[in-house]
Amino acid sequence: MSSHHESILREPLVTGENITYARVTEDILVPVENKPNKAWWIGFIVSAIGAGLWIFAVSWTFWFGIGEWGLNKTVGWAWDITGFVWWVGIGHAGTLISAVLLLFRQNWRNSINRSAEAMTIFAVICAATYIISHMGRPWMFYWALPLPNQFGSLWVNFNSPLVWDVFAISTYFSVSLVFWYTGLLPDIATIRDRATGLRRRIYSILSFGWNGSVKTWQRFELVSLILAGVSTPLVLSVHTIVSMDFATSLVPGWHTTIFPPYFVAGAIFSGFAMVQTLLLVTRKVMNFENYITIFHIESMNKIIILTGSIVGVAYLTELFIAWYSGAEYEQYAFLNRVSGPYWWAYWTMMTCNVFTPQIFWIKKIRTSVAWSWILSIVVNIGMWFERFVIIVTSLHRDYLPSSWVMFYPSWVDVCVFIGSIGVFFTLFLLFLRVLPAIAMAEVKLLLKSSSDQAKQKLIREGKVDAGEAACYQESLEKFDSISPRVAEYEKV
Amino acid sequence: MSNIKYILGHFEDPDDLMHGIGKLQEGNVTIYDVFTPMPIHGIEDKLGIKRSRLGGAAFCFGLTGTFTAVLMIWYMLVYDWPMNIGGKPHFAFPDFVPIIFELTVLFCSFGMVGTYFFVNHLAPGRAPRVMDLRATNDRFVVAIDARENPYHDKIDNILKEAGAVEIKHNERKYVSYE
Repeated sequence: MSSHHESILREPLVTGENITYARVTEDILVPVENKPNKAWWIGFIVSAIGAGLWIFAVSWTFWFGIGEWGLNKTVGWAWDITGFVWWVGIGHAGTLISAVLLLFRQNWRNSINRSAEAMTIFAVICAATYIISHMGRPWMFYWALPLPNQFGSLWVNFNSPLVWDVFAISTYFSVSLVFWYTGLLPDIATIRDRATGLRRRIYSILSFGWNGSVKTWQRFELVSLILAGVSTPLVLSVHTIVSMDFATSLVPGWHTTIFPPYFVAGAIFSGFAMVQTLLLVTRKVMNFENYITIFHIESMNKIIILTGSIVGVAYLTELFIAWYSGAEYEQYAFLNRVSGPYWWAYWTMMTCNVFTPQIFWIKKIRTSVAWSWILSIVVNIGMWFERFVIIVTSLHRDYLPSSWVMFYPSWVDVCVFIGSIGVFFTLFLLFLRVLPAIAMAEVKLLLKSSSDQAKQKLIREGKVDAGEAACYQESLEKFDSISPRVAEYEKV
Repeated sequence: MSNIKYILGHFEDPDDLMHGIGKLQEGNVTIYDVFTPMPIHGIEDKLGIKRSRLGGAAFCFGLTGTFTAVLMIWYMLVYDWPMNIGGKPHFAFPDFVPIIFELTVLFCSFGMVGTYFFVNHLAPGRAPRVMDLRATNDRFVVAIDARENPYHDKIDNILKEAGAVEIKHNERKYVSYE
């Protein structure tokens, strides 16, 4: 808060000079209150074509059945579940940023949580579409719910991880949506009070009548905290349960106890990579450099190194345990992964997930926007291959060598996947246009304690130790949004 | 008596606002409410607002979810249609933990947020009871009920001295949206 004290040694979370509360509102609402620029339109048209492709490919699947996919008798799960797990994993970063970082009081979450949460919701939508379309008869999806029926009632089997998954994904989606929307209310009210005419009416309905009184804020903060508290175990449970879809089976390569922690780490890893992919472009196109700073990017890259390394350790542990178990099927499954016909997929996964993120140990690279973006794409690719390797290589050579096959995706598989990326970006781009991509109220909280201008003022007033002040000024070197002033300081 | 219903003191800075509230309280002026664009920590104590009981509500909702899940699974798999799965117990508790947990979280979140919306009168389409349009943007607004507090000049002076940048005497309580 305003009276809250923060060490001068901490890097600023908001840069730029003469940033006032009004300026925060204006800067963040530029994309919402104005006509979109060319970059947005190009992105939107490309994504919308992708979304169209998705509608076409999914309609095709519904009409002709999943026989149109490249699946065969041996490989019954392939691109569909790969895509599902990939999207769910991507969703995890949003909740991690909004919930876990809130519990840890990491203030740098304030300017990235909104868009990361939006990303979570859109990613889970993409994941859910895979679930529905892989059912074969999607109009019977409600059979997965414990509803009374005319077969007895024949209930769902609560011992099955697939039923757990139904509960986990739907709870995760709805709780994330509620968390996101509650956080949006004050910002929607800000748009409402600045708008006129029809826009005011629409945002007025969406704002639920928010007025920012003391009690509203007091309860709002408590609600956010408790939602963060329950979302933290929730997000861990979701990918744990997704991993149990595999781990509770008896398929070699799937039946391992390492799966839950390894999947959760992988989910956070891929999620942060997707947040980087989106935010690095958003900050540039929307001119958010003062709010999403190099410090934010660097912090996310640090999480990427950490979780990437956890994933790397998990890969090695899997190999070791396969060998150490002495179980020949398990041993063969991993030998086949590393050196079988899908060796290229395995080594793509290893390279993208374990080796390349390690170059983030170099400070120059993790504070570089271009490098961060390229590596985030690499991680996204790597994590897709991880799921592909786990699913397809474990299935394609089963216990009966006469049924060993390769999996080849059909054009429908490819179109559903590319299309789901289109759906995701279409939703994200629409979000950028109609809702503030940065939580304004939360950034305003940081203005007096954590902004560069507040810290510079303290230094000018001589309220901080000179050595610490020098240390702070040095830390500003990496910021692309405030480099000129560092030079000025060195002159003095 | 004038038609003035509310006196609004606008502050540009949360610290000035807190200072202003202190000054008003010293002058025995009762404060109707404060509208701010962001949460102000410590303002509840100053205005004597009690700790919210939403946490307790959230806990009760969560517990309801837990019991609902246990009861539902027990009814379906043990009472209504028990199935022999490899001779294992019908009520295989460890298998049910994930769903019990998910429903606990679901009930807790929806119950708590629903209660929050209910007690604060937040609902889609509800006309916003806003006293000043800038309170959601960059102004920290103290509202004083003008009927309860006479001596308006005195209040104006206190606000001015505390650093208020603008003082409004409103004849209507809320900004009209129509």
